[in-house]
Amino acid sequence: MWNTLSRMLHTGLLTEPLSVPAQTAPTLEILQKDLLEIFGRALCIRHVDAGSCNGCELEIQALNNPYYNLEGAGIKFVASPRHADLLLVTGPVSVNMEEALKRTYDAMPDPKWVLAIGDCGACGGVFGTSYASRGGVANIIPVNDTVLGCPPSPASILGGILQMIRSTGIEA
Amino acid sequence: MATDFMDFQAARLPANMPSHRLRVDRQQWLQTTESLRESKARFLTLWGADDRDRDGGFRIYAAYLLPDTVMVVEHFMEDSPSPSFPSIAGFYPAALRMQRAVADLLGISTDEADTRGWLRHGGWLETLFPLRRDVSGSKQYPAASAPYPFVEVEGDGVHEIAVGPVHAGTIEPGHFRFSVVGEKVLRLEERLGYTHKGVAKLFENTSQQNGHRLAARVSGDSAVAFSWAYCVALESITETVCPARAIILRALALEQERLANHLGDLGALGNDAGFAFGLTQFSRLKEDLLRANTVAFGARYLMDYVVPGGVAFDLPADARCRLLDLYDALEPSVNQMRSIYDEHAGLQDRFREAGRLEQPTAEKLGAIGLVGRACGIACDLRVDHPCPPYDSLVPKLIVQTGGDVAARVQVRFDEILESLRLCRALLSGPPIESIHTSVPVAAPDLLGIGLIEGWRGPVMIALETGPNGGIRRCHVHDPSWQNWPLIEYAILGNIVPDFPLINKSFNLSYSGQDG
Repeated sequence: MWNTLSRMLHTGLLTEPLSVPAQTAPTLEILQKDLLEIFGRALCIRHVDAGSCNGCELEIQALNNPYYNLEGAGIKFVASPRHADLLLVTGPVSVNMEEALKRTYDAMPDPKWVLAIGDCGACGGVFGTSYASRGGVANIIPVNDTVLGCPPSPASILGGILQMIRSTGIEA
Repeated sequence: MATDFMDFQAARLPANMPSHRLRVDRQQWLQTTESLRESKARFLTLWGADDRDRDGGFRIYAAYLLPDTVMVVEHFMEDSPSPSFPSIAGFYPAALRMQRAVADLLGISTDEADTRGWLRHGGWLETLFPLRRDVSGSKQYPAASAPYPFVEVEGDGVHEIAVGPVHAGTIEPGHFRFSVVGEKVLRLEERLGYTHKGVAKLFENTSQQNGHRLAARVSGDSAVAFSWAYCVALESITETVCPARAIILRALALEQERLANHLGDLGALGNDAGFAFGLTQFSRLKEDLLRANTVAFGARYLMDYVVPGGVAFDLPADARCRLLDLYDALEPSVNQMRSIYDEHAGLQDRFREAGRLEQPTAEKLGAIGLVGRACGIACDLRVDHPCPPYDSLVPKLIVQTGGDVAARVQVRFDEILESLRLCRALLSGPPIESIHTSVPVAAPDLLGIGLIEGWRGPVMIALETGPNGGIRRCHVHDPSWQNWPLIEYAILGNIVPDFPLINKSFNLSYSGQDG
């Protein structure tokens, strides 16, 4: 126990300011205020791997590490699409995941947003379209925005999420 | 029966370790498999090819690891409306799913009773075999979901829990069907193939010079292992000698990949056992490592670092210091976290005895890589068949005999410390040397093998060249193929809530298996 407490104490707080391009970067306070105005609570995200190579998953997971501390910003990952506002979709949509992706999307309550993550999510990437792949996410469900990269860094995924919140705020 | 009879018949095969190719007829196919099993050869992979355009038939290949060589057994089948070969699953159960995949993609069947599709879920016609040469592979078909009969367990109070393919977390898709009484698992049946992206067919339209990019994306967490295996297969075929500096940098990248994944897994294992502090600490350490990757290799995940003939670029001037600083910070942190994990009663209560796999079961089923080493199966290509630079580094073989989650945790801790030693040694060499050499275009119809011990286990590429710098067939194998069926055994008698922990302790690739 002493070891654990000592490690906590010596690690300290590592969370960095929201590391996204300067012109779009809101401060944490502004972001949290925006989220409260738009959603009235935390932004809830559900992720679906529609056929990814698992590279994008690793970077999405990294958003929850202490440096990015997504939950501290008022954005959380939820276990069910029924609780989600935003769907993050990775990978080209494999033929075998097509139905599961559609069902996940249909299970989300309106209003809902979809962010396609990575080159594969945007256009199919190196896998393109084939007998086994339907290519980009937009070929299967409506997509609001995409984040490019192979895999995109946590900072660019965070940037994509923030940009979506801000444009949503303007629409609202 | 010994394997002596193979010695004079087998031809040498281009590869990064001694390899041989043995051509056998239908009868010898089984005899050979039996004698390989008797001589304790480890089964590596199985794949098929449509060669009707070249010599009027199909081929099936199986690769095995012997103490002194890799043996690729090849069997030719004349063209017929329903080509088939005798199943080798009686000797090597791990071959079952690979044979089902061959049936899905090539229409080559076996005498096994289980004829359910493995990679084909109804997304293309049952009569269409995508890997056949007369099929374009780019055409799309409407998905028609077909029922998949799981094995049913009957009895008082037995019920089923269906999980997936979409899981409640940021992980890959797959389906798990549990048959349970109360909380206790009586049976688990996996259904995979959801992320099948037709990688093998894509290779046929990829040039030899570009194949490494596709190989790296078979399983993103093993990008270095796959791209290295691909490059070394091509370099073996073309007899290209990579500069020593490039090989050192490849090994450095591979060990960084091992470190990143082990750190991530140790954090997730703590979290799955209710110790969120472990996730926070290890995910921080992993992030530190990925940021150092950006400085040293120009990217957090090294998708395009290993290229045919070498690596994309040398370490920048400040990278060596940055990496050494990273290792100096990592080592005491990992040691401290290890003592915290070891002394945490609640954590150890969850880790110990959970998902235990006895060594005889693991041996019989063909456990390989990290999972095998946690069940006392001492097998690591870097140690047993060291190719440069591992021959001079002499890595330590890490083995645990517990076979439970706790053993898989300990293997990861030990491998982190050993990788840190290897990384420091790799950075001690002279930096001024070429990091790339050009790879000539390979002649058509040559087969080469690349085998690299990735963080999960041996990653294998079997590359057959085509005309004009193209690829005729490229088989990509992830060790998850062998280890997925083991989870069905490890979970028996455990409770359902321990499944995420047990599954994480294996941390197998869905994408690598599905292809």
